[in-house]
Amino acid sequence: MIRTIAWREFRSLFLSPLAFVILGITQIILARLFLGHVNLFLMIQARLVTLPNPPGLTTLVAAPLLGNAGVLLLFITPLATMRLVADERHNKTLTLLYSAPLSMTEIVLGKYLGILMFFFLIVALSLAMPLSLLIGGHIDWGMFLCGVLGLLLLSATLAAIGLLISTLTKYPAVAAMGTLGILFLLWIIDYAGHGRGDGGKIVAYLSIVNHYEPFLRGLFNTSNVAYYVVLSVTCLLFSIRRLDAERLGA
Amino acid sequence: MTHSEVLVEAETITRFYGKTPAVADVSFMIRRGEVLGFLGPNGAGKTTTMHMLSGNIAPLSGRVLIAGHNMRTEPKAAKAALGYLPEHPPLYRELTVDEYLDYCAALHRIPRRQRRAARERAKARCGLSEVGGRVTANLSKGYQQRVGLAQAIIHEPPVIILDEPTVGLDPIQIREVRSLIRELGQNHAVILSTHILSEVQASCDRVQIINKGRLVLNESIHDLMRRVQSQALIAAFRRGPDMALISGLPGVRAVTIVEENRVRLLHEPDADPTDALVKLSMEQGWGLCEINPEHSSLENIFVELTGEGEPTL
Repeated sequence: MIRTIAWREFRSLFLSPLAFVILGITQIILARLFLGHVNLFLMIQARLVTLPNPPGLTTLVAAPLLGNAGVLLLFITPLATMRLVADERHNKTLTLLYSAPLSMTEIVLGKYLGILMFFFLIVALSLAMPLSLLIGGHIDWGMFLCGVLGLLLLSATLAAIGLLISTLTKYPAVAAMGTLGILFLLWIIDYAGHGRGDGGKIVAYLSIVNHYEPFLRGLFNTSNVAYYVVLSVTCLLFSIRRLDAERLGA
Repeated sequence: MTHSEVLVEAETITRFYGKTPAVADVSFMIRRGEVLGFLGPNGAGKTTTMHMLSGNIAPLSGRVLIAGHNMRTEPKAAKAALGYLPEHPPLYRELTVDEYLDYCAALHRIPRRQRRAARERAKARCGLSEVGGRVTANLSKGYQQRVGLAQAIIHEPPVIILDEPTVGLDPIQIREVRSLIRELGQNHAVILSTHILSEVQASCDRVQIINKGRLVLNESIHDLMRRVQSQALIAAFRRGPDMALISGLPGVRAVTIVEENRVRLLHEPDADPTDALVKLSMEQGWGLCEINPEHSSLENIFVELTGEGEPTL
């Protein structure tokens, strides 16, 4: 049942031009950035060989590109998730799901899985460029895969937050703006404090980007994984509660 | 076949919007093989009641049983037993009719192998066989309404709830939908919400009138029709009749002049003064040229009970 909802969600994305536009523009922007990173690498390559333990292609090209993809996802998320529930509420199609023999959990997980498939598709496509480096060089697989894992976790969390915001309103545009605001805030939340004092540390811990960077450096830390998992699960639980509350008339 | 199985039971369901009660203490039941007309002016609480029956919103108090399953404690079993066409057909605008109905069939857990057959059956019943490949957004309002109807019956649920199913249909389609409702009423329990009186007269076995969130009438359509039909006569004469003589006829409660030489007689339910009136007219030479029992009088009951102005017909 979850799969049925997920599959319709995924397919419907591609029935409007939005999904293609998102995928296309992501590729164009990432391609430009990729060229920039490769160019820089070629410029400093000669000097790098003189270093005792020179950073390779993965550190100088693949990791920054994954970082860029993360930022890009931050901006894509509101557009991709705004319609999830808000649009169904607006078009009154939510009634169909509510009157069918489905639990709220199935509805929420179905929608989440649907958007997750799309996000993973974006991630998969953005990996094509760093993987093309294999033609002329070699990649530190451990570090690269660690970064990919980080990007997948990041996208799963962004999608969960977007889904939650979409359950709160009837207007997709409001959901989009709300999601963008919250994600951006979570991204820059440690901008002012930057880890000074205990309060600063807590704020810095909340930052979504502070948990992503270690992955890009090839550092796999379960506490970072836990951050994303906990945040995603919380958002999903709140989404389920929110739909239940709507039925009960809160 | 037993016609006694109770399929829908609503017990004192209540729902507030803010501080206004949208539906207050409404109780009723529907058996298999019955079509219940749920009638009321706009804003009387019809849609809210339909929403509560279909599990879209929960009642503040009271309970809803669908085919014996409590909507609150066993929502899946209860929802599996019902098909719901809301006021606005819940269509995914980007899907074709076939894709949409397949999705609905899947949501209602029809096994994959039977989905195609279920879809074709629902399409045939709703007259959609020729538009299967079209995107629902491009269909006319009437066809969209029919797709909504097909969605509600695709899984052959014992209980079918239809919220204003004929809105936006042309007269021929309305007739088709009404006959479909009658047909569904043979083996299912059907609830039909509407503000159109003739619709209730045409397709329901029982009628409930709701006003300001409260049930004000619950009667079989047969009793209701008999009660309201036989209480008024319209008579027209060539020459002006004597009102006093007509009022004196046995069983006549009141006489009013509709227009020149045309009068309306209100009489007791069991005393039809037709014969006496014809005789009187013969004796007095008034030239009786028309005499009719008044038919469309569900309207009168409606106006009387709801205390509102002209109902929409």
